Amino acid sequence: MGLETVFGHSFLTTRLDEAVNWGRKYSFFQYPFVTACCGMEYMSVFASAYDIARFGAEYPRFSPRQADVLFVVGTVNEKLAPVLKRVYDQMCEPKWVVSFGVCATSGGFYDNYATVQGIDKIIPVDIYIPGCPPRPEAILDALIKLQEKVSKESVLDRKYK
Amino acid sequence: MNSYLLETFKAKFPDDVLDTHAFRGDETVLLKKEALLKAAAFLKDELGFDFLMDLTAADYLPREPRFELVCHFYSSKNNYRLRLKCPVAENDARVDSLTPLWAGANWFEREAYDMYGIKFEGHPDLRRILMYDGFEGHPLRKDYPLKKRQPRIPHRE
Amino acid sequence: MDKKNAETPKNWNLETLEDGRMVLNMGPSHPAMHGIVRVLLTVQGERVHDADVEIGYLHRGFEKTCENVTYNQCVPYTDRLNYVSPFINNVGYALAVEKLMGIEAPVRAQYIRVIMSELSRLTDHLTCIGANAMELAAFTVYFYLINAREELYRLTDAVAGGRVTPAYTRVGGLTRDLPPDFKEMTAEVFKKVRKNLSDADKLLTRNRIFYDRLHNIGNISKEDAIAFSFTGPALRSTGVPLDVRKATPYLVYDRFDFDIPVGSNGDNYDRYLVRMEEMKQSMRIVEQALAQLPDGPINHPDFNVSLPSKEEVAGNIEALMAHFKLTFEGVKPPKGEVYQAVEGGNGELGFYIVSDGTGSPWRMRVRPPCFALTGGLSKMIKGGYIADIVSTFGQINMIGGELER
Repeated sequence: MGLETVFGHSFLTTRLDEAVNWGRKYSFFQYPFVTACCGMEYMSVFASAYDIARFGAEYPRFSPRQADVLFVVGTVNEKLAPVLKRVYDQMCEPKWVVSFGVCATSGGFYDNYATVQGIDKIIPVDIYIPGCPPRPEAILDALIKLQEKVSKESVLDRKYK
Repeated sequence: MNSYLLETFKAKFPDDVLDTHAFRGDETVLLKKEALLKAAAFLKDELGFDFLMDLTAADYLPREPRFELVCHFYSSKNNYRLRLKCPVAENDARVDSLTPLWAGANWFEREAYDMYGIKFEGHPDLRRILMYDGFEGHPLRKDYPLKKRQPRIPHRE
Repeated sequence: MDKKNAETPKNWNLETLEDGRMVLNMGPSHPAMHGIVRVLLTVQGERVHDADVEIGYLHRGFEKTCENVTYNQCVPYTDRLNYVSPFINNVGYALAVEKLMGIEAPVRAQYIRVIMSELSRLTDHLTCIGANAMELAAFTVYFYLINAREELYRLTDAVAGGRVTPAYTRVGGLTRDLPPDFKEMTAEVFKKVRKNLSDADKLLTRNRIFYDRLHNIGNISKEDAIAFSFTGPALRSTGVPLDVRKATPYLVYDRFDFDIPVGSNGDNYDRYLVRMEEMKQSMRIVEQALAQLPDGPINHPDFNVSLPSKEEVAGNIEALMAHFKLTFEGVKPPKGEVYQAVEGGNGELGFYIVSDGTGSPWRMRVRPPCFALTGGLSKMIKGGYIADIVSTFGQINMIGGELER
């Protein structure tokens, strides 16, 4: 890829990994793809009672080019599926996807002609948050898990090639 | 035991009214679909029903005529509600549109078309509203299976 | 890119656009389109010449799903209709089924339903004004009002077990009674809500920028509002004093003393003021209801309607059979159809249920108040600036779950 991979698996690369991951995980720029009732809990997490800003993930960037975490909040139906795929494709690496709520994870209790049974049928997902809607504490827990996942990545990963 | 409203209606449209009844305080008139527009104009202009609260349809599949168009009217001056129903057959699923009288009927009729396939003549822009353009079929009909999905983009896995 | 995704209305002819007009897409995933509504605009500079509102991106098949489950199993689906005021949907649905069956819930249940409906109306208006203020860059107001909403969520959590989706009512009554210290909790919560409301009021109502962005924007006349079937705060802002709670009182609303705020201009500022005043009236209703709250059962005594208590199920054979039948087959209303209207946060929320005598509804229709409001949206934004769409769209309080069920 670039200069950073010249050393292969070595001490310098792991130090570099730590620095890069530290930067990435404590400054998520979210793209809130809010559709339905889970949006209410998203608004609660965003506000000051359950503060997401203390994790550094406060600022929603409403342009996919500038965001790195795609929060798919709420039900995705067949009419919206191409829109979601387009937004995901427009985001640049590194990007992660958090599927917020049961409807985004697996369709929820809407098993009918209109609903996609989980957004992982359209885009790859990193963290799934169950709950209808999930409590704000669950969302913060998911954010911490995403941070742990990011801290285990490396610049030598295949996806960054 | 009929009310003044239902009696007036029957007197004004003697050939078109098929049935009237009141159930749990709701008054209903069953009307032939050809008389819908003039009955609605009568309600709006002479009886003071200024709100078209709802316009929808219902599917009674094994029965013929299959569909029934249901309109709910409300008069804010007299605080009175009325339901107007028109049986619509499947092979001739066309009704007059109420958009010349109420502008709000536009979206209600688009939804009835989308969900049931009933066409409204005189509607300015009859196209699907809740489902997407490539969708085939009309979902709320009783013979459309509940779980039949028509994906717009191919699903992975 | 496939042509199906680039749809414009059939009566728009793109080749004949002149005077530097262009077609702009305020796409489904947009921060100001609460939830997902797509507005296709023909703009000339910043002025909107023509607008087409496209919905359907949250259609979840509520009506067809309800035809396949029992009456009590529909209650969680009704929660997710207008998800900022879930209790009102639950109450409206339970009232419709009870009207179909010709029964009434006990008096205590009716009082509690009124209390929870008004709390839901508070959360609805708080969210509407908070989100709208945030979109007009008044970020602090958003935090104040959402904090007030958090306090209310703690109340509803204590009562019903769920913050956003409680599924609190059942046919014939409620799931559980109020907690014993509810009155004291409500008094404390209302103190905080009143404080936050008055702070937001001081920040917004006489604010020059807020006033300029909302006054004379999104006007609609009385006749047009009635023609488009507007109801609720949007209709009352034009001067028509129509409120289902006063016109056809349901539950025990006729025992309370409250006012209906009515505007005069039909613009966004009037809608904002109507909502602020309605919140104060809602708190007034809740306090009166708590003072008058009687004791008693909260479920209808008939075994064919509400589940019998566990002691009876263990002891009495009819109760055991009724418990089994109710759980597996559900409540069975007689054949017929009803329409029940309640006053939702946005207007008249109507439930039209057709029953064929079995445990599932034959047809379940929801008359969504914001469907009519969004139908009139294109008329309200024509001739204005693109920036005005944000404030108009926010003040009609379109809720996706209710619009598209």
